[in-house]
Amino acid sequence: MQKILIANRGEIAERIIRTCQRLGVETVAIYSDADKDLPYVQQATVARHVGEAPPQKSYLNVERILEIAKEEDVDGVHPGYGFLSENGEFAQALHDAGLTFIGPSVDVIKLMGDKLSSRRAMIKAGVPVVPGSEQPVESLEEALVLAEKIGFPVMLKASGGGGGIGMHRCENKEDIENTFEQTKKRAKAYFKNEDMFIEKYVGNAKHIEVQIFGDAHGNVVHMFERNCSVQRRNQKVIEEAQSPAMSEETRKKICEAAVLAAKEVDYKNAGTVEFIMDEEENFYFLEMNTRLQVEHPITECITGLDLVEWQLQVAAGEKLPLQQEEITSTGHAIEFRLYAEDPVKFFPSPGLITKWHLPSEEGVRVDSGYGLDLKVTPFYDPMIAKIIVSGDTREATIERAKEYLTAASVEGIKTNLPFLIRAIETNEFVSGQYHTGFIQSMNPITT
Amino acid sequence: MKKVEAAMAGTVWKVLVEVGDEVTAGQTVIILESMKMEIPVEVMMDGKVASISTAEGEFVNDGDVLLELE
Repeated sequence: MQKILIANRGEIAERIIRTCQRLGVETVAIYSDADKDLPYVQQATVARHVGEAPPQKSYLNVERILEIAKEEDVDGVHPGYGFLSENGEFAQALHDAGLTFIGPSVDVIKLMGDKLSSRRAMIKAGVPVVPGSEQPVESLEEALVLAEKIGFPVMLKASGGGGGIGMHRCENKEDIENTFEQTKKRAKAYFKNEDMFIEKYVGNAKHIEVQIFGDAHGNVVHMFERNCSVQRRNQKVIEEAQSPAMSEETRKKICEAAVLAAKEVDYKNAGTVEFIMDEEENFYFLEMNTRLQVEHPITECITGLDLVEWQLQVAAGEKLPLQQEEITSTGHAIEFRLYAEDPVKFFPSPGLITKWHLPSEEGVRVDSGYGLDLKVTPFYDPMIAKIIVSGDTREATIERAKEYLTAASVEGIKTNLPFLIRAIETNEFVSGQYHTGFIQSMNPITT
Repeated sequence: MKKVEAAMAGTVWKVLVEVGDEVTAGQTVIILESMKMEIPVEVMMDGKVASISTAEGEFVNDGDVLLELE
């Protein structure tokens, strides 16, 4: 690959450009009206205006992106994460235009994009899934019978849902009776798909995910797991690799299950298999993210690998650069997502950045898309930087993180920096015993 | 007349009421979308929707009037 287009913005565009520069690959950046002053626009070999600020008119405009890709005569398109990264139609359109989509095949994107079809594929592969329905639940009566069989509490979920939207926890029969029709209606309105299913609710759960990589020659490897249980609104805030408070036996099993899952669907390129794990370390498949993940840098820190470099090689048809036994993990890494948001209510806080002190230091990697005198607009995700801290041990990493976060400062907008500092000082975090309800259980920050 | 304003810049995602609807304090009348997040706009008092000055898909700034109650 000599020249690629990056169909994304901000932090991840900068991240991809960095590897391309090192490898001598030319980059084409696209930018909306709102992003014209961001650093990635300057860093790319070529920058092209893609449209107005709203995503539908810029980063989600398939036709326009295709047009630019053809005009610039690129070899491939890297979708980053979010936007079109898990859009099967986009991957298909690129393929039809003779361009390489730097990611998995169209069929796999579509298969894993639907909760019910991905569940069925995993059952076939012998990967444990959360006990629940394998077909859409048609009626309230059917839902009640199923819930009784699985055992309360259960989750009532929309098949087309995601990101925490379109799901409801039901404690008993009455809860289902009260919410079934409403959840179904919402599913239809939000996702244009009223299919519903029921799953067992896994309490005090940890969110564990495994980084996997496949090539076009049938090879699949894993790059160990990440613990992403610190979440607000079902979105991740702090991630670490490898996971604390987990037995070596389970670690081995969960990584093997992820490889099994990837092999079942003939997975190519970078992917993440997400699991939910209960207190007894029973784990169940949740979903597969068919793209590079926001938190991939912590995996890079512990393995010393460059995942974007691997992505380009695999997309070019090459074999995976390393075999499983050649991939090793050293030390510990924690990623902190810096959000432009109120640290108490987590409401977004767009605005002008008037102070930006996030230096790179030994053991601290900062992947960001913003800087001083730049405006955070309301159009996109509130994440403005990722602070990735690594060290020889988990304890040393937490100490280094505390020092760094305390000295760091961003002004002009509100950020969750005070929240991040508070979170890593809690006993739950220090012991590594935290679960997905962790943020809700924390004492509120009063300032 | 009581104005209901946007607390932050964003896109109007859903308008949940119509002119003439009776609303009660705490009821969500509009959902804004900002930075990929849904932000419900609630009314602070009981009343009747007199006018709606925005529509789904429109972009609003902090302080823009969304609707008025009588």
